Amino acid sequence: MTAPLLSARGITKRFGNRIACQGVRFDLWPGEVLGVVGESGSGKTTLLNCLAGRLEPDEGTVEYETAAMGTVDIHRLSEARRRLLARTEWGFVNQDAREGLRMGVSAGANIGERLMAIGARHYGNIRQSATDWLERVEIDLDRLDDKPTTYSGGMRQRLQIARNLVSEPRLVFMDEPTGGLDVSVQARLLDLLRGLVDRFHLSAVLVTHDLGVARLLTHRLMVMQGGQVVEEGLTDQVLDDPHHAYTQMLVASILPV
Amino acid sequence: MYVAVKGGETAIAHSLELLADRRRGDRDIAELSLDQIDQQLALAVDRVMTEGSCYDRSLAALAIKQARGDLVEAIFLLRAYRTTLPRFGDSEPIDTSHMVAERRISSTFKDVPGGQVLGPTFDYTHRLLDFALMANGERPASPTAPVDAAHALPRVGDILEREGMLEPPPAAEAGAPVQDITRTPLVLPAARPVRLQNLARGDEGFLLALAYSTQRGYGNNHPFVGEIRFGAVPVSFVPEELGFAIDIAEIDVTECDMVNQFAGSHDVPPQFTRGYGLAFGHAERKAMAMALVDRALRAEELSESATSPAQDEEFVLAHSDNVEASGFVQHLKLPHYVDFQSELVVVRTLRAEVEARNRQAALDKAAE
Amino acid sequence: MPDTHDAAYNYAYLDEQTKRMIRRAILKAAAIPGYQVPFGGREMPLPYGWGTGGIQVTAAIIGRDDTLKVIDQGADDTTNAVSIRRFFARVADVETTTRTEEATVIQTRHRVPETPLKEGQILVFQVPIPEPLRMLEPRETETRTLHALTEYGVMQVSLYESIARHGRISKGYNYPVLVNGRYMMSPSPIPKFDNPKLDRNPALQLYGAGREKRIYAVPPYTPVKSLDFDDHPFEIERWTESCAYCGSTESFLDEMIVDDAGKRLFVCSDTDYCESRRK
Repeated sequence: MTAPLLSARGITKRFGNRIACQGVRFDLWPGEVLGVVGESGSGKTTLLNCLAGRLEPDEGTVEYETAAMGTVDIHRLSEARRRLLARTEWGFVNQDAREGLRMGVSAGANIGERLMAIGARHYGNIRQSATDWLERVEIDLDRLDDKPTTYSGGMRQRLQIARNLVSEPRLVFMDEPTGGLDVSVQARLLDLLRGLVDRFHLSAVLVTHDLGVARLLTHRLMVMQGGQVVEEGLTDQVLDDPHHAYTQMLVASILPV
Repeated sequence: MYVAVKGGETAIAHSLELLADRRRGDRDIAELSLDQIDQQLALAVDRVMTEGSCYDRSLAALAIKQARGDLVEAIFLLRAYRTTLPRFGDSEPIDTSHMVAERRISSTFKDVPGGQVLGPTFDYTHRLLDFALMANGERPASPTAPVDAAHALPRVGDILEREGMLEPPPAAEAGAPVQDITRTPLVLPAARPVRLQNLARGDEGFLLALAYSTQRGYGNNHPFVGEIRFGAVPVSFVPEELGFAIDIAEIDVTECDMVNQFAGSHDVPPQFTRGYGLAFGHAERKAMAMALVDRALRAEELSESATSPAQDEEFVLAHSDNVEASGFVQHLKLPHYVDFQSELVVVRTLRAEVEARNRQAALDKAAE
Repeated sequence: MPDTHDAAYNYAYLDEQTKRMIRRAILKAAAIPGYQVPFGGREMPLPYGWGTGGIQVTAAIIGRDDTLKVIDQGADDTTNAVSIRRFFARVADVETTTRTEEATVIQTRHRVPETPLKEGQILVFQVPIPEPLRMLEPRETETRTLHALTEYGVMQVSLYESIARHGRISKGYNYPVLVNGRYMMSPSPIPKFDNPKLDRNPALQLYGAGREKRIYAVPPYTPVKSLDFDDHPFEIERWTESCAYCGSTESFLDEMIVDDAGKRLFVCSDTDYCESRRK
C-alpha cells in the first residue's frame, strides 16, 4: 500500500481578522491531479501557497513523501531543504509566467537552470535538453535563444511549464495556469498540459476558477467558498451532480457556448 | 623608440604642490581663518560635522579650508581623522527636552505651549541677493532677550501621545549595547537604531531626494511637522571612576519629529506614527529629510506595502554614505587598462569569429 | 632599527584594537576559504574605491620586519601604487621594494605578479565588489542566502547565456571561481589570465573590500577552480605578439598606442618581471 504523495491536515491561514482558509484536509495520491475551484477570494491561492511551502499556515500540517528521504513535514524543514525540494521534486506554475521565469535570459537558459543548479556542466547536453523540452511544449526551436520578453503570453506559459518539468518533478503546483490567455490559446495549452500529465504521470494540485479547466485536467475536485471546502469528490461527479448550493451555483453559471 | 612612462612619484609630488597653491589662491587676497569659516560659513561647518560624524567646529572648519570648500571632500577629511581618535566610551543619550531652544516650531497646531519661537532661519527671507553684502556685511549686534533656561518647552509629541493619538517613541532596552556602525559592518535587515545612525551621517542631497519622492507619491506617508527644535543640549558621560554622570560638553542640534500616517484597524484604535531626524548644528532640511526617510523605512514594520525606493532599506542604507559613493564613483579615474586589455582581447576574438562565420556563409552561398 | 614612522599616528595608522579586529576577520576568512567575512572597516585617508580594503588588511598584518611591494595594473610606478607605498612609508617603518622575490607582503590592484610566489609570502588584493553574484542579484540579503545554500545556478546560467549569445564565455576579468569546492568567489578584477595562478598557490591570498566591508581569504595550496562548462573549458588570453622589451611570450601584455597612426607596442604589464628578464 503506497503512501499519499501529499497530505494536508487542518490547514488554516488568517490575515489579520480575515480567515483565508480553514481546516483544509486531503490526501493526494501519486498520478492524481487534484483541482481546487472557487471564485476570487475563496482562499484557493492561499491554500496552494501553504501546500507549496511558500506561506506558513497558522494551523495544520503538510506532509510530503520525498523520493528518497521518507515523509517530511514541509514547514518544519530547513529553508535549504525546502528550496532544494522546490527546485527538484516540485514544480510551481504561476498564473503570471513572468513570476516563474527569468525574463532577462534566453529560453534555453531558463529551461537549463534547474539542470545547472543540480550540477549539469555540459553546455551541449544542457542545450539539447532545453531543445527537447521546447519541442515537447510546442515552441519553435529557433526561439531557443530568444528572451521570454519576446514571447507571447501563451508561449511564456509553455516555457514556464518546460522550466518546471525539466527536473522531472513528482509534484506540480499550478495557479490558474491558463488564466489571462485567449480562449484558443487556453485550449491548446490545456491539451498540452493534459498530454504532459499523462505522459509523465505527474501528480498535481491545480487551482482554477474555470470549471472547464477543472473538468479537463483534474481527477478530483475540492470546491472552496469563503475559506472553507464546501464540497469534494471525483470531478465528473461533483460537476455533473453538485450537492452544495454554492457548487450548484458555480456549475449553473457556466455560459453555454 | 617608445620609452615607458616613469616618474609617477615626481608627477604626484608636483600635483600636490599645485593643489596646495590653488587652495591658497591669489596671495594678494587675505587668507581665510578657521574662525571666519566657523562663524560666517557656520552652516557648512554644521553639515561637515553631521556627515563627518564628529562634533568639533574648528576641525570641521579646517577640513573645509583644506578641501577648498568642497564639503564632501571636507566630510571625508573629518571622517578619516575620526578614525584615528581613541574612544573612551559612549555618552548618555542626549535629552532634547532639556534643550535651550533658539528656534522651535510646530505645523500641527497653530499655537503650542511655549509658543512658536521663530529663531534665525531663511524661511521668512525673500531670496533676493543682497548686494550690500558685497561691500560691507558689518552690522551692529541685535538685541536679544535673555535666555530663560528654566522655561521648558513641552514636546508637541508628548501632548499627542498622552491622548493616545500618537504612538509612543520606541523604547530602548535598558542596558542593551549600542551598535556603532562606524565600528561594525552594516548587516541587513537592520534595526531602527542602526538605520537612524546610517541616515544621520547620510548625504543630505540623497536623503532630500528620497524624502521628496515620498511626498510625490513614491511611498507617501502623509507627513506633518510635529516639531522642529534647534538649540544647545548638554552631553553627559558617566566616567568609570566616578560612577555618576557629568556634563562634558554642550552641542547644538536640530531635531525633527514628523507626525505621519496613522496606523490602526477595525479593532486597534488608530494612532499617528512617527518619523525622526537629528543633525548637528542648525540643519532643518537634513533633519526633516531624515525623518521622512526614517518613516518610509518603517513601512514593513507598520504593515504597509513597500514598493518605492525610499522604502527599500537595502537601497537606501547601502547608498546613503557620500564618502563611500564619492570614492567608488571617482575610482573610475584610476588606471583600468589591464581590465580593459582583457575586454579588448575578448571583443577582438568575438569579432574575428563573427567575421569568419560571415565569410564562410558567403562562400557557402556562392558555392550553391 | 630606529622608528621613523610619522609619530602623530599609531604604527601603520590603525589603532591596535582595529588591527586586532581585522586580524580576527582574517583568521575567520582563512578558516573558511572564499567566504566573505564582514568587518568593521574604517575610513582611511584614501578614498573608498582606491584600495582602502587592501590598505586595512596590509596595515593589520604588517610589521617592522616586513618588506612591502605595492603594484597597480602590475606596475610599481602607477599613481595608485605610488600613493599607497608613500602612505605606508609615512605611517609604518617598513622597507619597500619593487622586486617580487624580496617582498613579504605584496599589495596589488588588478594583477597577480608573473614571478611565482613562495610559501611565507602574502598577496593582498584590493577588491571593489566582493560579491561575485552582485551583478546578477543586487540584494545582499539574497546573495548571502545563495552562498549559504550553495545555490549558484544563477551564475552558471549567466555563463550559459554568454555562450548562447557569443559562442563563448565572454568574461575577461573578475572571472568567478569556486574555492575549495565550496564558496564562489570574486578574484577581484584581475584578468582571467591570472586566475590559474590562484590555484594551489604557496602564498596566502587575502582579499580586502573597504567600502563593502568584507574580507576573504584563500589559504596556501587551496584549490581554486574557474567556472566553465565541460565542453567550453576555461581558457586564458594569449597574444601573438611578444613583449617589445624583454621578448616574453608568457606574460600578460599591455597594449600601448605610440603614435597618431595607431601604431601599437606590446609590453609586459608586470614591470618587475619585465625588468628582471632584461638583466
